[in-house]
Amino acid sequence: MIVVAFTWAEFAEQVAAGLASGAVYASLALALVLIFRTTGAINFAQGEMATFTTFIAWSLMNHGLGFWAAFPIVLVIAFVGGIGIERTLMRPFERGPVVSAAIVTLGLALVLNGLMSVIWGGADRTFNGGFSTRTVKIAGAHISIQYIGMVAVLFVLVALLAVFFRFTKVGLALRAASLNPDSSRLVGIRVGWMFALGWGLAAVVGAIAGLMIAPIESLGPDMMQVILLYAFAAAVLGGLDSPVGAVVGGLLLGLVITLLGRYVGYVGQTLKLPVALLLILALLVVRPGGLFGRVAARRV
Amino acid sequence: MRAVPLLEVDDVSKRFGGIVALDGISLDVGAGEIVGLIGPNGAGKTTAFNVITRLSAPDSGDVRFDGETLLRTRPNAVVRRGIARTFQNVELFRGLTVAENVRVGAHARRGEHSVDDVIYYVGISSVRHRLADGLPYGTQKRVELARALASSPRLILLDEPAGGLNHEEVEDLGAFLRRFRTDFDVTILLVEHHMGLVMGLADRVHVLDFGRKIAEGTPREVQADPAVIQAYLGTAA
Amino acid sequence: MPRSKLLLEAVSFAVLVALVWIAPHHVSDFHARELASVGVYFIALLGLAILTGYSGQISLGNGAFMAVGGYTTAILSVDHGVRDVWTIPIAGVVAGIAGLLVGIPAVRLSGVYLALVTFGIAVAFPQLLKKYTHFTGGTTGKILTLPKAELGVHTTPNRWLYYLSWAIALVLLVAAWALVRGKAGRTMQAVRDSEVAAVSSGINVALVKTLAFGISAFYAGIAGALYAMSVFYVNPDTFPILLSIWLLVGLAAGGVGSLAGLIGGAALVYYLQNHADAVARWGNHLPGLSLDPKQPGIPSIIFGAVLIIVMLALPAGVGGLMRRVLRPLTSRLYSRS
Repeated sequence: MIVVAFTWAEFAEQVAAGLASGAVYASLALALVLIFRTTGAINFAQGEMATFTTFIAWSLMNHGLGFWAAFPIVLVIAFVGGIGIERTLMRPFERGPVVSAAIVTLGLALVLNGLMSVIWGGADRTFNGGFSTRTVKIAGAHISIQYIGMVAVLFVLVALLAVFFRFTKVGLALRAASLNPDSSRLVGIRVGWMFALGWGLAAVVGAIAGLMIAPIESLGPDMMQVILLYAFAAAVLGGLDSPVGAVVGGLLLGLVITLLGRYVGYVGQTLKLPVALLLILALLVVRPGGLFGRVAARRV
Repeated sequence: MRAVPLLEVDDVSKRFGGIVALDGISLDVGAGEIVGLIGPNGAGKTTAFNVITRLSAPDSGDVRFDGETLLRTRPNAVVRRGIARTFQNVELFRGLTVAENVRVGAHARRGEHSVDDVIYYVGISSVRHRLADGLPYGTQKRVELARALASSPRLILLDEPAGGLNHEEVEDLGAFLRRFRTDFDVTILLVEHHMGLVMGLADRVHVLDFGRKIAEGTPREVQADPAVIQAYLGTAA
Repeated sequence: MPRSKLLLEAVSFAVLVALVWIAPHHVSDFHARELASVGVYFIALLGLAILTGYSGQISLGNGAFMAVGGYTTAILSVDHGVRDVWTIPIAGVVAGIAGLLVGIPAVRLSGVYLALVTFGIAVAFPQLLKKYTHFTGGTTGKILTLPKAELGVHTTPNRWLYYLSWAIALVLLVAAWALVRGKAGRTMQAVRDSEVAAVSSGINVALVKTLAFGISAFYAGIAGALYAMSVFYVNPDTFPILLSIWLLVGLAAGGVGSLAGLIGGAALVYYLQNHADAVARWGNHLPGLSLDPKQPGIPSIIFGAVLIIVMLALPAGVGGLMRRVLRPLTSRLYSRS
């Protein structure tokens, strides 16, 4: 193992970068958890959905809109799109087996990916984000304002979701529908639409992740593919049914793989993914439900 | 008969998080006995079964079978020591036929009863080639019993054998269990809510409430025990 | 099992052998090679059926075990001069060991977690191939020599591949059949249907699940070896994650009925893997649709759409299978007498 020359300032910068990418993993993981909790499905299309909405933002910005003007429009489109996907494609699998639904989302991911190539072409594009790329100097380290913004956006998002689920009637209905669809139906909750709402919200959260990462990664149809894997890893790490777990898992994963990639020469860029997955597998063996999950270890 | 207990549960405690499921339980079952384990819901009866069959490890205490501890026996080796069980909510191998279910039970066979004998004895010959899934509930319970018997156990643990059965079936079950204790030379420990069945069938009864044992004795003694009446009335109220 | 059923199965198998034997005499050399590929996927599906259908463990990563087999064959034959035919069993064993290693931690996981972990393995594996360049040839991979008829057979490479693949496939079919119809099959299904009852019946659940992973990976490894031989090369993209998904779809589509029925699933997998353009041309017959299969993005759209349509159109097969991860339809032929 090769240890690269080390300074604390650079370490702080790496931590900031790790947390920033972690914030993106966390957002996308949060989207996955939203869908998993409400409908029990694993959404393999979450990444392509986010990329798609990011492309829409790019088009809007090409037509003269600023980032923050395009932002709410894109979120509304994402919300409607998410609901539409649930009502049309996912609905037949609502009561069906989880893996069927997962395969359908894989199909959806392929379709969306192809559509993006057809509509916007396969080439990578630069995307100007909503935050300045300048740095501020904090204790000798140059921290990018963009990174700070990304983490801040995550926390605002988490706070809004917490308020929604805890204090609004719809949020409560959504939780009820996912915990016990049959009883919820009896008390008049329209469970199907609650599932759709879950998808809509997940699409919005995913869209935000896409808008945050696009300025860093260049924008292309495959932009979110690796990120989705990290998001899965983060969600599993935190426990698939735990939003808190998704956020903690995402930030932790971003931090660990950034630092591993930077400071452990052997791991480098190629082995980041396998190493991350290996760590998670090791964790799952000890805690089969992830860090915050509710799945108890089965003793057999 | 009580001199050499076949099964001894010795001061066993088990907690799940903050909930004490078993709080220093001791009980014994003599060879050839039919012993009832009763108590209100949540008293810890199924947990006791799970500890005895090693599906769940106790926090303290010991479980001895034939004088030797069971706690060093792996869960899947329990049946080879001669303990078989049924489950409260019927755990059949639903994708297998009735005969195949029983045959799986016979994988760990210690004695001489053949799969066909057991199927005939329990009265499920007519459905032996049907998939277990989709059989009437009462029949499923018989299949489970046959599966347990197929290993020729010395001790069989029955978790609510009368659950979900109608009045007539319960009467049949009582007669059946008495008969099969003799025919198979087996000891029976049963958890049961159906008081009529337990009181008419069991030689002795242990009563649990909130994870503690509150009474023990013959059905008649236990029925008259103020603590038992209190426990049942307390939950009924 | 009654004799009549055994007889029926023996007759069906004889018919299958006869069909396999005469088929190449009636098709072109190219089609023989296509059929060879179907045989290869059939082997992979047999392995997946044992794992998912019988032991109840979902794998979204059996393509990675195929990759292990394919690379074993490539490395042994290209770098060590081993004759390709003899690398096939070794590929199976190496992949089988990999399967056991994955199976050990997988024992603790169930359902969605297992699906995601196996998916992760399938995704991460190509990265490993890229990292250990000196061993695997990195992104370029390894070019194999054209397979040549051996063992006294004289025929074209494509027909040789056909006979080799199907001979192995038929042997492995019999092996799988012998495995699942007896005690081992019952044991696996018991684990699938109720772990607590299986344990209480004396079954070592962890061992059974791990072995099922090993056996499944052995089959995948053999399939991977044959796959590598039939495309003459391996690189990190030879065994894409999509392959693992197609296998699951193939199992779902073909798994209704019997192990031999998986041949139908294998044909589907082959078609989906290789003929997106045919689907595009077919789609162009529909009014208002004009697809250029060469345009980037179009194959992906077609793959995705086919995947979704297959899942929607086969509710009995696919949905049935997935429900029967707790209780597979495949068990019926063997358990209903």
